[in-house]
Amino acid sequence: MTVSLEHYLVVSAMLFCLGLFGVIARRNLLIIYMALELMLNSANLAFVALSRFNNNLNGQVMVFFIITVAAAEVAVGLALIVALYRKRQTAHVEDLTLMKL
Amino acid sequence: MKLQVLPWLILFLPLLAAAGITLFTLNNRERSAGLSIGAIVLGFVLTLFFIAVNDWEPAGKETVASWLEVGPLQVDFGLRLDPLSLMMLLIVTGVGGAIHIYSYGYMHEDRGVARYFAGLSLFTFSMLGIVLANNFLQLFIFWELVGLSSYVLIGFWFERPSAAAASKKAFLTNRLGDFGFLLGILLVWDTFGTLNFSSIQVELIRNPAALGSLATIAGLLIFCGAVGKSAQFPLHVWLPDAMEGPTPVSALIHAATMVAAGVYMLCRVFFLLDLPDSHALEVIAWIGGITALLAALIATQQNDIKRILAYSTLSQLGYMVLAVGVASPAPAMYHLTTHAFFKALLFLGAGSVIHAMHHEQDIWKMGALRRRMPVTFWTFLLASLALCGLPPLSGFFSKDEIIAATLTPEHGHPALFVLAVMVALLTTFYMSRLVLVAFFGPAKSHGVDHAHESPKVMTVPLLALAVPSVLGGFFGIAELYGHQLGETHSGYHVLAVVASLGAVIFGLAFALGLYWNAAQDPLPEKLGALAQAARNRFYFDELYEATVIKFQEIAAAIAAWFDEWIVAGLLVRGAHGATELFGRGLRLAQTGNLQTYAFLFVLSAAVVLYFMIGR
Repeated sequence: MTVSLEHYLVVSAMLFCLGLFGVIARRNLLIIYMALELMLNSANLAFVALSRFNNNLNGQVMVFFIITVAAAEVAVGLALIVALYRKRQTAHVEDLTLMKL
Repeated sequence: MKLQVLPWLILFLPLLAAAGITLFTLNNRERSAGLSIGAIVLGFVLTLFFIAVNDWEPAGKETVASWLEVGPLQVDFGLRLDPLSLMMLLIVTGVGGAIHIYSYGYMHEDRGVARYFAGLSLFTFSMLGIVLANNFLQLFIFWELVGLSSYVLIGFWFERPSAAAASKKAFLTNRLGDFGFLLGILLVWDTFGTLNFSSIQVELIRNPAALGSLATIAGLLIFCGAVGKSAQFPLHVWLPDAMEGPTPVSALIHAATMVAAGVYMLCRVFFLLDLPDSHALEVIAWIGGITALLAALIATQQNDIKRILAYSTLSQLGYMVLAVGVASPAPAMYHLTTHAFFKALLFLGAGSVIHAMHHEQDIWKMGALRRRMPVTFWTFLLASLALCGLPPLSGFFSKDEIIAATLTPEHGHPALFVLAVMVALLTTFYMSRLVLVAFFGPAKSHGVDHAHESPKVMTVPLLALAVPSVLGGFFGIAELYGHQLGETHSGYHVLAVVASLGAVIFGLAFALGLYWNAAQDPLPEKLGALAQAARNRFYFDELYEATVIKFQEIAAAIAAWFDEWIVAGLLVRGAHGATELFGRGLRLAQTGNLQTYAFLFVLSAAVVLYFMIGR
């Protein structure tokens, strides 16, 4: 059996959905953060697979781009979470409802 | 015309004085009075000088500064100088000057002297503007300015509710008349395309039927302005109430000048009223006659010295309007002139009495003032006799001309003649009553014992005004007006003289019989209901209270209800309520929970994707 594009895409979609579920359902900010990374990486997988099967390097360029941005994002995001924790003594998402009027 | 700058100076000096007082000298009563008096006296002197240089009919007649042009409408700010306006200029600055000086004595103790003189100067400016205007629009602007300054001065003691109400009444009643006046002006402009008096006159001479079937309506609409300003029936109710103002104001505005503006305006635009197919003059004559009779009847039963004079003014204004109505503007202007002298004198005399009696105005609490205030008494007596029309005082000549004019066959009417003679009789009666009760007989209250003659600053203007009141018939004033407005030789002078002299003698006899040494008014007992009605001003105020004011109040209540519930309630509060309610609903979706947002976001993205690709 050969591994076709569909397999990659299905795996990518599953990863995306898992990540999404994590973002929506989990309470801890760190876990949500990790789920978010999972979603990014599922997109990366789809990019790489499509790049390989379509003989087009643009997708791979995009992946490098995403990895770079994700690294920066992690740095900023984690810093924010630490700062938040220091201020509010919690990392639970349901406690962060300041946006509500 | 030589010295064209003089009329401009005369017009604007009082305005400068008013501005100077309000801006700089509001806290200095001496300087304020000085500015105001100086402006008007200088105006008087300059007017005399101007007449001396140019004679009564300056060449060119007009001095014009272009003011504004809107499309076809071109309005000049022009001064018209002819015998009519020059004579009025003399009256306003001369009589006004005497009253200004008198005011200095009368108002000396008042705190608001500066404000008072600012108002007086503003009034003088506006009145001069009316007198000098050479077109309708300019006339109307100054017309309204006069109304405004009258409002300011009637309500001078605004802390008294009655004064505040009186000033409001005067202003609103005037506005009612002015509304018609404005419509008339628009009609004239629509027809002739110009508002300049002489241009309109030229057009009308070329084509007397230019106004067509609208001639009567145009005349009556313009007359509306005079009805309001000259307080003719049925808008006469404001003038007696206007006596709430200081007495010199009553003398200047509500006797000598402003109320005469209506008559002056009618004479100025007489060519518009006297058209072959216009019936306006008949209406004007009857309105004038009715006003004269009504006011004279009311005056016989009033007890407030100023109110008697106020109704007397109404009655005399009725005479003038009657004269205009019988196509005799020259006698109307003549009577206006003499009336300005002796009625201003009467009011100033009344002011002197009120001043001496410490603001007691009821004539039944006076009496025996003849010995206490000789100067006031003699001048007051002379003015009263002039008003009654006793020869050879000024009032005799002017009143006689009006009575004679009512007999002219083409415009007069025998009924108007009888009416005019009746009014002459009543005039003598109520003036004799006033003089007999207030100056003769026993003292009727303790206030009389403390009364003493007013200071010189008040008696000198009285004496100054007494001169033209007595000699007004010998200055050739009638010929001056007659030369411009057309002489009226009715040929009935003998009959008129006999009738008016008879009226004077009868009136005097009645008054002497009833009021010589009388301690109280015997008329109410003898006449019963008529006296009661006259005392209550024929219930006009009550009638208006019950109809116009009631209607106005109901309309105001409906408007207020509409405003409160429909505009403010349904529309304003409704709009904001609906917005807020909708917002409240939307706010339920805003939980503040990140994950809810994330879920909704993904759901929406899924829906969008479904509709874009999935189907």
